[in-house]
Amino acid sequence: MSHEQRFLTAIAEETAIEPQDWMPEAYRKTLIRQIGQHAHSEIVGMLPESNWITRAPSLRRKAILLAKVQDEAGHGLYLYSAAETLGCAREDLYQKMLDGKMKYSSIFNYPTLNWADIGVIGWLVDGAAIVNQVALCRTSYGPYARAMVKICKEESFHQRQGFEACMALSQGSDQQRAMLQDAINRFWWPALMMFGPNDDESPNSAQSLSWKIKRFGNDELRQRFVDNTVPQVELLGMQVPDKELKFNTETGHYQFGAIDWQEFNDVINGRGLCNHERLAAKRKAWEDGAWVREAALAHAEKRAQREVA
Amino acid sequence: MDSLTIYVLRLGDNGLVLSQRLGAWCGHAPELEIDLALANIGLDILGQARNFLTYAAQQLGDQDEDSLAFQRDERQFSNLLLVEQPNGHFGDTLVRQYFIDAWHVALYSRLITSQDPQIAAIAAKALKEVKYHLRFSRGWLERLGQGTALSAQKVQGSLDELWRFTAELFEADEHDQAMAAAGIGVDPRQLEAPWREEVTAGVNQAGLTLPQEAAYRRGGKQGLHTEYLGPMLAEMQILPRSYPGQQW
Amino acid sequence: MPQHYWPLYEVFVRSQQGLSHRHVGSLHAADDQMALENARDAYTRRSEGCSIWVVKAAEIVASQPEDRGEFFEPADSKIYRHPTFYQLPDGIEHM
Repeated sequence: MSHEQRFLTAIAEETAIEPQDWMPEAYRKTLIRQIGQHAHSEIVGMLPESNWITRAPSLRRKAILLAKVQDEAGHGLYLYSAAETLGCAREDLYQKMLDGKMKYSSIFNYPTLNWADIGVIGWLVDGAAIVNQVALCRTSYGPYARAMVKICKEESFHQRQGFEACMALSQGSDQQRAMLQDAINRFWWPALMMFGPNDDESPNSAQSLSWKIKRFGNDELRQRFVDNTVPQVELLGMQVPDKELKFNTETGHYQFGAIDWQEFNDVINGRGLCNHERLAAKRKAWEDGAWVREAALAHAEKRAQREVA
Repeated sequence: MDSLTIYVLRLGDNGLVLSQRLGAWCGHAPELEIDLALANIGLDILGQARNFLTYAAQQLGDQDEDSLAFQRDERQFSNLLLVEQPNGHFGDTLVRQYFIDAWHVALYSRLITSQDPQIAAIAAKALKEVKYHLRFSRGWLERLGQGTALSAQKVQGSLDELWRFTAELFEADEHDQAMAAAGIGVDPRQLEAPWREEVTAGVNQAGLTLPQEAAYRRGGKQGLHTEYLGPMLAEMQILPRSYPGQQW
Repeated sequence: MPQHYWPLYEVFVRSQQGLSHRHVGSLHAADDQMALENARDAYTRRSEGCSIWVVKAAEIVASQPEDRGEFFEPADSKIYRHPTFYQLPDGIEHM
């Protein structure tokens, strides 16, 4: 059997492709890009939430938020780890992100403007991520699939605590309810955009699907998210900011309005609300921390030399 | 407020203020692994604070951990001045942490035999956590001290800047003495020798110089704070203060 | 100054009930102590482990897929090494 036949057979039989296996160069490159961007998303995703750690309105919420952000750092770590099994270096991927040459999820380019945003991020944004990640638990590349399984286990806590925080607001004062509706108004459409362009506008999708990197198309996952989530919005006594939203009894799915793809394109091309601030924050942290990283390396090297001597 | 409540509230306030400071590092640390480590330490210390604050609130009867955290003014906070100092650069945060970790290990290893079972239980859990924190901070003190010329210079600067706050760690007022006499608390004066032993060893191993002048800044336990606490509390307390009586 | 970064370490964890260490992922650290602490922070946050091994990735020697034939196929053909090869009479337990 040739390398390529072995690879295609594994894909067909759903045997995981592992790091030392032969794989087409394009498969390797696609995965490095996808896993790398997924990792960057976890890291940058810490910023909109950490914005509220110091202002969390109760100690319990503060502890939950700190634990969630810590989890996200951990998830970034698992994903960089999976990417590196493909023969790239974390520092190169990270530098590309800092240079604006690799992307992270569009959703994190939106600012968190009130406390309800924190609950809504946990509920809607993590909710959307979970739909995507559950699908990826059966992705063809072994290390990526295993990272997804680990992340999914931890992610359900994130979504539940987000929804709980939203419920507390929905059962609160008029001001709190208004805060929650405002957050939903600002995050609903960006959450739908997280699933990416329509399938017919998505050039890489076909190849990713045939290699079972992706298991479902963007539109199918987006529909799944909408169907899951609309009843939750209603449970909160809130409204989805979409005049065209309607349940279709024939299809059994919710119909929804048109996504503003202009906004999506602006955001992924660096002209969203917070792209500038997110990158500036990560660059600053990296640059300000250079002396610390270098000190640790210098110390390790000196010690290694002493041990050899 | 009786001495027990005051004693416990001081420990709660230390943890609350320090975890508030550590929480501000999230997403801004020099490396991903350091972000994880600082969040871990912050979460541990917040947990210790919540335990102490809840106990103090029980003693007071009409409070809870949140009313104590969010409804008291600056002059009512009884934390050590050291923990309210700003994060600065990583060296400043690290030295602040190292000083507190050495103090925590000495404190909690004695507090586990408190006659008060609740305090003893809190201390037992905390001791495991702070031993790990000390390992982290001491390890980094050495890396920075023995790393590059720049890192040694920066961390020595941090030591010199924070030194003046270390006297307060070992001051005993009438409440500390009453609690020590009752076998409930630890007399802070007893902590100075073990703390000095640890810090002298750590600083030497890091190739740094222990400041020689006498530390002198005090008053945190009496609610006389540095100008840093006010803005920190204003940020921390804004939501409950803006929306009184609401649940979150 | 030439850029070089904290080296890659692979992490192995044996859980409370486990019999052997499992590979759980990797991380970067400047030295062994940091690697152990980072592994504890990243991979045992939910009390997932009781023993951690960290190894510099550069120190690991791995079999190569090209050698798959010599390394592994001979064992496949020695079927008498597998317990299912042997028929045991009914009534024998614990075997």
